[in-house]
Amino acid sequence: MSLAEKQSVAEIKARNKELIAEVLKVYPEKTAKRRAKHLNVHEAGKSDCGVKSNIKSIPGVMTIRGCAYAGSKGVVWGPIKDMIHISHGPVGCGQYSWAARRNYYIGTTGIDTFVTMQFTSDFQEKDIVFGGDKKLAKIMDEIQELFPLNNGITVQSECPIGLIGDDIEAVSKVKSKEYDGKTIVPVRCEGFRGVSQSLGHHIANDAIRDWIFDKQDPNRVAPFESTPYDVAIIGDYNIGGDAWSSRILLEEMGLRVIAQWSGDGSLAELENTPKAKLNVLHCYRSMNYISRHMEEKFGIPWCEYNFFGPSKIAESLRKIASYFDDKIKEGAERVIAKYQPLMDAVIAKYRPRLEGKTVMLYVGGLRPRHVIGAYEDLGMEVVGTGYEFAHNDDYQRTAQHYVKDGTIIYDDVTGYEFEKFVEKIQPDLVGSGIKEKYVFQKMGVPFRQMHSWDYSGPYHGYDGFAIFARDMDMAINSPVWKMTNTPWKKSPSKPTMLAAE
Amino acid sequence: MPQNADNVLDHFELFRGPEYQQMLANKKRMFENPRDPAEVERIREWAKTPEYQEKNFAREALTVNPAKACQPLGAVFVAVGFESTIPFVHGSQGCVAYYRSHFSRHFKEPTSCVSSSMTEDAAVFGGLNNMIDGLANTYNMYKPKMIAVSTTCMAEVIGDDLNAFIKTAKEKGSVPAEYDVPFAHTPAFVGSHITGYDNAMKGVLEHFWDGKAGTTDKLVREPNEKINFLGGFDGYTVGNIREIKRIFNLMGVEYTILGDNSDVWDTPTDGEFRMYDGGTTLEEAANAIHAKATISMQEYCTEKTLPFIKGHGHEVVAFNHPVGVAGTDKFLMEVSRITGKEIPEELARERGRLVDAIADSSAHIHGKKFAIYGDPDLCYGLAAFLLELGAEPTTVLSTNGGPKWAAKMQELFDSSPFGGNCKAYPNKDLWHMRSLLFTEPVDFLIGNTYGKYLERDTGTPLIRIGFPIFDRHHHHRRPVWGYQGGMNVLITILDKIFDTIDQNTIVPAKTDYSFDIIR
Ligand code: SF4
Ligand code: SF4
Repeated sequence: MSLAEKQSVAEIKARNKELIAEVLKVYPEKTAKRRAKHLNVHEAGKSDCGVKSNIKSIPGVMTIRGCAYAGSKGVVWGPIKDMIHISHGPVGCGQYSWAARRNYYIGTTGIDTFVTMQFTSDFQEKDIVFGGDKKLAKIMDEIQELFPLNNGITVQSECPIGLIGDDIEAVSKVKSKEYDGKTIVPVRCEGFRGVSQSLGHHIANDAIRDWIFDKQDPNRVAPFESTPYDVAIIGDYNIGGDAWSSRILLEEMGLRVIAQWSGDGSLAELENTPKAKLNVLHCYRSMNYISRHMEEKFGIPWCEYNFFGPSKIAESLRKIASYFDDKIKEGAERVIAKYQPLMDAVIAKYRPRLEGKTVMLYVGGLRPRHVIGAYEDLGMEVVGTGYEFAHNDDYQRTAQHYVKDGTIIYDDVTGYEFEKFVEKIQPDLVGSGIKEKYVFQKMGVPFRQMHSWDYSGPYHGYDGFAIFARDMDMAINSPVWKMTNTPWKKSPSKPTMLAAE
Repeated sequence: MPQNADNVLDHFELFRGPEYQQMLANKKRMFENPRDPAEVERIREWAKTPEYQEKNFAREALTVNPAKACQPLGAVFVAVGFESTIPFVHGSQGCVAYYRSHFSRHFKEPTSCVSSSMTEDAAVFGGLNNMIDGLANTYNMYKPKMIAVSTTCMAEVIGDDLNAFIKTAKEKGSVPAEYDVPFAHTPAFVGSHITGYDNAMKGVLEHFWDGKAGTTDKLVREPNEKINFLGGFDGYTVGNIREIKRIFNLMGVEYTILGDNSDVWDTPTDGEFRMYDGGTTLEEAANAIHAKATISMQEYCTEKTLPFIKGHGHEVVAFNHPVGVAGTDKFLMEVSRITGKEIPEELARERGRLVDAIADSSAHIHGKKFAIYGDPDLCYGLAAFLLELGAEPTTVLSTNGGPKWAAKMQELFDSSPFGGNCKAYPNKDLWHMRSLLFTEPVDFLIGNTYGKYLERDTGTPLIRIGFPIFDRHHHHRRPVWGYQGGMNVLITILDKIFDTIDQNTIVPAKTDYSFDIIR
């Protein structure tokens, strides 16, 4: 049972403010000043969370963030399954991100599908000294020879590319021409650009605009007959099958999904998206750019939605339906009604076991806010949340639609801060990434990875919510947490971290 | 509706239901512009042929599914093996997020490591300020006893000078002047993670032995009876180092494990998070100069470190990741020779037990063909063990092993009656391996987690030995060194062999006459 329950909001706010002041003490003055701007206690009614964001991480603090390459190759491009994505540069970046994100897909890997493979130019010293353009050109030839069924190639730049002055755009153009207009996309997502994964998303979005949309024949006809109900799913990476358990709901309500961006997606789907009547956007952070572009250029409206937990799913289905006629609106109601018994059963089973439990989150693009509703459907409360790479518009959405008064907010949290916050607030569950998982489990705090779904999922949609509820129960109510104290030792009464005391 | 509150279906079952199957088939047919299935099948078959293999081996530029990582990963591996030490990687921060994730996925443990978070402005002006601020922050926040610096590609390409930067940072008061900040340049476009191990280990020893970057006098060696032990980059470091300590203690050998990360990657869950645990103390690291000899378990992880140590008057001995009877014999006898300590009866009995186990089981391994891939020393050790089991390691492939390694492998093959059909493939990747498994099939494949894609595509059963192992738990806790370690490897191999036989004989009324209860 957590402390939060017994305290008033005023007490919680005071405690959280004190806590922030306390963690800042560990830093040298200059750093404390900078970090102070990223930590806050949410005040109800405010239009944002009162934290600065999308600013450079401070050297040496153990930021949890990644880089632009991770945002482009790892998030946006990597899941496009029928294209080959070259990790261009030295071997490491591609090796560590190889098949690590669980972007599910259907296809014959290595023949017509390539998601869980690591294609790298494996730069050597001579490539750094003399440049890698010739090697890149040769790589494209070898890809064509050995993987003839690939539908396109992207070049995902690692740090060195932008530093040694390679012209990957020129290589891509030449090779595209040589291979009859083949789609070859150079992406300038070197890891030093920007401050996090975020700029990588943006650069990747822009590359789709410039190298796929802008290269299309404007009079191109869709390979299918359009219907008034064509939509595209944008910003769902099909982690553990998320996009599938979302797509099925949209189809059941009478819409037709013509593209998935980018989980289980294909080049053809990217190309056909301008035919959509509506883009439905899940991860706003990573794909708002292309959605805005399609709105401006093709007049396609876009609509944010949230498929975590029955409350938000129902709200989202109705919101999406509001862009369409009565047939779809009725369809939405039909879908909501169809799954109601399943949702009732899931909640009846798990809510009594989870009621009143508190959660602290720290994730990436949309989840620090999007999953709050799902926890609330289970009677749980999110008492702290933060983003690795949000911008202010994310914090606005968070403040206006999701978090409660007094929630502690931490942007680009450092390892030290996060551990301290958890140690003092003692939530019943922490949801964050692989780098954080074992830290908190050692402290005896139940944990779920909220990037990879801890190798479970899907968590999206009604089918996913059943898994989500089961997993949260499994984490919190596992008997293992009763065994962390050694019975013959005077046990620490609460989780502690030893390092920096 | 397939989902069910009473029996929640996971991803592997959920999507097999008719609703989803129909949906996925429609998606493919209508929107994916799929290839003709006959064409997919044709290419799939073609990719199994010798003709494809020839093209595949003619590759000069493209690398597909390599079995190696980059230098700084090895540097982080070294740094966490020293007492209360934080690895500090100078360069862009994304790399550090990757190293930490990579190790955590393998060991199922936290890995603490910081970055100097260089961004575009640092690319233009250099990363000096990042070093100055970064060292100060790390020092204040995490109170390490030592900060071990290495570099990402970015810092290397723009040519940041660690020695000068650290000096300046100290002058600016980031850390005290006498504070230990060893460093190593670890360019990712040279070598692999094992090179990074080598550079970082050498960097630490150089720091302590050779006057801490010109700030103190060089140490003068006063030889003692101790030996130093270097494990090399090793996915089994937790189990292996503990086993080595046990063996040394049994023998009464005085030793220093240089880079002992066996505790920090195996901390208990008891309510406390230990950011630091165990490790070689800084005093031990410095005093290691006085040892009479240094043993490296992995020659190719210590190609620069060993000559450096030798230059300080040590005898140095390098092994190639010894696994099994003969390898362990040689290791123990060398330790005994160097230290003058006898090998105790207990170890002789352990040896006898491993030989006993081999005698019991060799009928099931004898003559079986294996493909192995991994780091060069691991490949050597495993191949040597298989040869002594009467098996044939016909295909041995290493992405980060070069021609010298291949020649050494050939010597090994030539030394055994079972080595006649065996071949080493230096600097090749797992796409080369895929071709080889089709054109020259083997009974079993030994490799890391990524080998499961080869298992899927070629049907060769995978025995997981190597790094990383992401999809099986806790293997790193078991040693593969020493006779006990050999026993673990033997059992791992046998389990897969027996499981495979059972799988092949499990169809009722068809193959199950051989579904034997006693094997
Ligand atoms: S940028 Fe270089 S150092 Fe960083 S992960 Fe990639 S290869 Fe390794
Ligand atoms: S929430 Fe984060 S991790 Fe997830 S898809 Fe969006 S950007 Fe990626």
